[in-house]
Amino acid sequence: MVAVKGKKLTKIYNGIKAVDSIDFEIQQGESFGFLGPNGAGKTTVVKMMYCFSPVTSGELRVLDMEVSKNPSQIKNLLGVVSQDNNLDPELSVEDNLILFASYFNIPRKTAQKRARELLEFMGISEKSDALVENLSGGMKRRLVIARSLINHPRVLVLDEPTTGLDPHARHLVWDQLRYLKEKGLTIILTTHYLEEASVLCDRLVIMDRGKILEEGSPRDLILKHIGKEVIELGLPQETPIDPQELKKRLGDCCHDYRREGNFLYLFTSNGQELLENLPLINIPFSYQLLRPATLEDVFLKLTGRTINGQPD
Amino acid sequence: MVNLINKYYIYKPQVTTRALKVFNRNFLVFLKHWKSSLMFNFIEPLLYLAALGFGLGVYVEEVEGISYLQYIAPGLVVSSAMWSTSFECTYGSFTRMQLHRIFHAMITTPLSIDEVVTGEIIYGAFKSFLYGTVFLAVVTILGLISSPWVLLTPPLLFIVGIVFAETAMIWTSISPNFDSYAYYFTLIITPMFLFSGVFFPVKNMPFFVQVIAWMTPLFHAVEISRNLAIGQVSVMLFLHFFIILLFAVLLFSFPLILMRRRLIK
Ligand SMILES: Nc1ncnc2c1ncn2[C@@H]1O[C@H](COP(=O)(O)OP(=O)(O)OP(=O)(O)O)[C@@H](O)[C@H]1O
Ligand SMILES: [Mg+2]
Repeated sequence: MVAVKGKKLTKIYNGIKAVDSIDFEIQQGESFGFLGPNGAGKTTVVKMMYCFSPVTSGELRVLDMEVSKNPSQIKNLLGVVSQDNNLDPELSVEDNLILFASYFNIPRKTAQKRARELLEFMGISEKSDALVENLSGGMKRRLVIARSLINHPRVLVLDEPTTGLDPHARHLVWDQLRYLKEKGLTIILTTHYLEEASVLCDRLVIMDRGKILEEGSPRDLILKHIGKEVIELGLPQETPIDPQELKKRLGDCCHDYRREGNFLYLFTSNGQELLENLPLINIPFSYQLLRPATLEDVFLKLTGRTINGQPD
Repeated sequence: MVNLINKYYIYKPQVTTRALKVFNRNFLVFLKHWKSSLMFNFIEPLLYLAALGFGLGVYVEEVEGISYLQYIAPGLVVSSAMWSTSFECTYGSFTRMQLHRIFHAMITTPLSIDEVVTGEIIYGAFKSFLYGTVFLAVVTILGLISSPWVLLTPPLLFIVGIVFAETAMIWTSISPNFDSYAYYFTLIITPMFLFSGVFFPVKNMPFFVQVIAWMTPLFHAVEISRNLAIGQVSVMLFLHFFIILLFAVLLFSFPLILMRRRLIK
């Protein structure tokens, strides 16, 4: 069954094309990621899914319902973690959950029980009576995630779920999301953290400037664009690199390369062999490292700039 | 959706009883500090009553056949209701919307933006009802009310509170920041407070002031409230009430449309 389907989905904000005719299909039970640099249009896509932003053109169906026609029914089945923590600061942690449950017409008794479970689940049960104002940023984020689960959603939409979390909290969130996924929940997330995408997503798309550049499983994308391994090399200042020359000397075992400042990244599926060939290019490297290829390498190669959006 | 191309378009609000959940949320927060907020809110009309009643009352012995204190008390009941609703649906709603962004959170649930705004309006009307009624109790204890007809005043406060809440929400939906509310109070609420017959009969004022008074909800509510307080019930009161109802119904779509335009991009 299809959880979310977009067809030629487009969003224009007063003349700015934020999402440009994209197609995608997310299956139920799948966890699906939208990756992309700042301003790529990730938030806009998920906002249209949770019926916040109207679709400019194209089609968007969530759980087989048209977003423009059945917003209430769709939102009833959705859990939403928006990019900013819009918690209710005038209420305690527990009341935040109980009141939020009331917007779904969940009876108070049920909500209380569910709230306790969820606070436990997100590891913040000792804060249950605290005022939201007095929580740290990371705890607020965890509370927002707990809140999104209050209605037992069929699809969970998370816009940068772990931004602002410390590594412990991030791993906790990842573990819990994986647990939910194993229980069959459909998870859709946007992220800047490529590790997060690799850990959580069965499939993902890489977006830039409103368009989808690539789609696939993290593993397939890495193999397709990078190979198995990457050699990182530190170059002496201002070393010119001639692509032709590089290809000729290193041979076929170097698929491709990318340069960023004084760093050279060689993409390969046979790191050992490439390491042995390195002396052939006659550059005194200040540093060299062989490591497994990651999604970050794919991301940087495809979007041609750093994750913060600066062209390199 | 608001369709600007069809000029003859009539807005159909998407409101169900879920709007009451929004009211309920505000009410629960109110319960946490109702004592201090109630105290604070009825001290001000009491000050007006004391200063004008005892001060000015010495010179103005009678207005339309009743003592000056009796004359202004029912008007102050309605104006205190107006002030509390106006504060709630300006500073209060703006804080919830802009600073805390809880409207944004609410509309990720099955609540629609129309229901959120409607809930805020109901809460505003509730404040009018509550604060007006509390002040009414105070002036009744002070012996300034002489008719049991006054029991109809609390429901009136709720209905006219809807109108005050709607106008405040209209301002909130277009207000860029907190500072802009100074204009709302200086240009709309304070003049209404002064020229709607709370302190002196409107019919002694220049004709154009009378015309303007007739176009404000406060004037009609003050007329009803005063006549109920002295037990002068006539068909005229129905006319005043009908005008208030008309305001409530006609204004309802505006805050919904404008708030949707503000929040939904
Ligand atoms: N309300 C809005 N009005 C006008 N333009 C907007 C609005 N929201 C977003 N945009 C524009 O749409 C584009 C996509 O923004 P969006 O927030 O979807 O990006 P994003 O991928 O979520 O970025 P980030 O990683 O920074 O969260 C940007 O160019 C942004 O400036
Ligand atoms: Mg975003």
